[in-house]
Amino acid sequence: MNQQQAGLAGPAVPGEPKQRPIEEAAPFRGRFKAMALVAFILFLLAFPHLFTMPFQQHIAILIFVNALMAVAWNITGGYTGQVSLGNTIFFGVGAYTSTVLFKDYLVSPWAGMLVGIALSILLAVAVGYPCFRLQGHYFAIATIAVGEILYTVVVNTQVLGAAVGIQLPILPESWINMEFHGTDKTSYYYIILAFLATAMITVYWIERSKLGFYFRAIKEDPDGARALGINITRYKLFAFMLSATFTAMAGTFYAQYVLFIDPNSTIYIMVSITMCLMAVLGGIGTLWGPVIGAAVLISISESTRVMLGGTGMAVDLLIYGFLVMAVAVYQPNGLIGMLKGIGRRG
Amino acid sequence: MALLEIKNLTKRFGGLVANDDITLSIDKGEIVGLIGPNGAGKTTLFNCIAGFYNPEGGSIRFNGKDITNYRSDQACAAGLARTFQIVRVFKGMTVLDNVKVGSYLRSGSKSEVHKRALEVLRFTGLYPKHDMLASALTIADKKRLELARALATQPKLLMLDEVMAGLNSTECQEAVEIVRTISGQGVTILMVEHVMEIIMPISKRLVVLDYGKKIDEDVPERVSTNPEVIRAYLGDKYVARSR
Repeated sequence: MNQQQAGLAGPAVPGEPKQRPIEEAAPFRGRFKAMALVAFILFLLAFPHLFTMPFQQHIAILIFVNALMAVAWNITGGYTGQVSLGNTIFFGVGAYTSTVLFKDYLVSPWAGMLVGIALSILLAVAVGYPCFRLQGHYFAIATIAVGEILYTVVVNTQVLGAAVGIQLPILPESWINMEFHGTDKTSYYYIILAFLATAMITVYWIERSKLGFYFRAIKEDPDGARALGINITRYKLFAFMLSATFTAMAGTFYAQYVLFIDPNSTIYIMVSITMCLMAVLGGIGTLWGPVIGAAVLISISESTRVMLGGTGMAVDLLIYGFLVMAVAVYQPNGLIGMLKGIGRRG
Repeated sequence: MALLEIKNLTKRFGGLVANDDITLSIDKGEIVGLIGPNGAGKTTLFNCIAGFYNPEGGSIRFNGKDITNYRSDQACAAGLARTFQIVRVFKGMTVLDNVKVGSYLRSGSKSEVHKRALEVLRFTGLYPKHDMLASALTIADKKRLELARALATQPKLLMLDEVMAGLNSTECQEAVEIVRTISGQGVTILMVEHVMEIIMPISKRLVVLDYGKKIDEDVPERVSTNPEVIRAYLGDKYVARSR
């Protein structure tokens, strides 16, 4: 007992595990990491003032929206190991709910977003409860089916603009309307940066809490997890609800940014697959992986669009395909695994 | 008072009756061995008690509560922990994190969980390996980790499914010592084991299953001379010879 107390008080006793082994073993490295992070955050905050061209800001915003969706997908797909290929339904619900409320009832998109989040959470429970009984690929297939059902419903519903889509009303620009016109996209930039930060802080917190331990246990071995008293359906639902929340936020933001939504851009299976691809490319089950994946994929698709124009329609998908194959073969932990590997060697 | 009371438990898989009308009770603080030839229904009985299967008939009472239709997580929360015959450690997590998953059942406080997990690791002798990935452990240590994880949930009844299988004799002796110490702390133990040299001295009582039926239940010395048990294990020829 005596030895144990001494051990818990500090790392004086050899062989005692420390609460944060990395920082204590290499304080310089920990401090360097913290400084790099602060510098990076300052850079992100200053970005729209350093790069004032609309195109530059547009790319950054696109990366953040997609990173937000990938981070959200990663909560179920990465940490809990439940690969969903239907997360687009939450994106769609987020986009359509705030848009319809805004267009028909002039409800502020901020309030609309909260309603959209609530509906997405309900949808996550309704879809998750039956589907989480399925394991592995069967779960993924069931979520594809749910996405296709919602797609078909929206395409055939006049109130929701059917296949034509909905044009959002152009109102005077203001924070309440979440609409900003002209070439300066700074306000949009900060909104989506704040959304992404919220999601990442939540994930950071989950990683270190009971939820994180339970999520990983469920991913590693569901039966083993059950034997340790984990109600796996309940925790899978928690993960799915969190995922739905952030995806719905991305949906509302997308609608307010583009000011036009249709089923093909919001409830289409490619949207689901892109979320999954970005997380897989960057590194699933990690905090920064999905963000890195989003940055790489968006850069590729936008630069091919710029260089090749309309003729290079599917070139970005071709490059995605090769990248994913390369990741699967050489670096199954994703790009972040590669970065960590370099750090270790150097 | 009996901690675990099983009455007329029956479990079928299609036409196969894996557990046939089994009645069994275990008192607080006992070490009970569950033996029987391959396919006798030992693991099935374990799975029924631990909530992995729902039995077709009969009832299970644990600590005064009816747990017959509990799910496995509910059974564990009620104080009934188990290990698996085929180890199910969380391979991608460290040894310490594996145990923490178990500790989180009883406490939400991070420091409490950390402390409790370290205690369990020290107790089971896994402490020096706390920061290794579970996948890097030897089979003996993986079994030990399963035991540690189950202990971290602070069970009243610990069910061990062949924790000694595949271990060499030194490892077996260490494992026996651990089981004895756990029992000494007031945890009741139900264990399935094939190695007779281990289970005979350690158990207070043995329960013998054959073809899903309970064929004997007694102190180890008397079980080993019961003709029916010898028949189940070795065949008729040896029953005659033993007389």
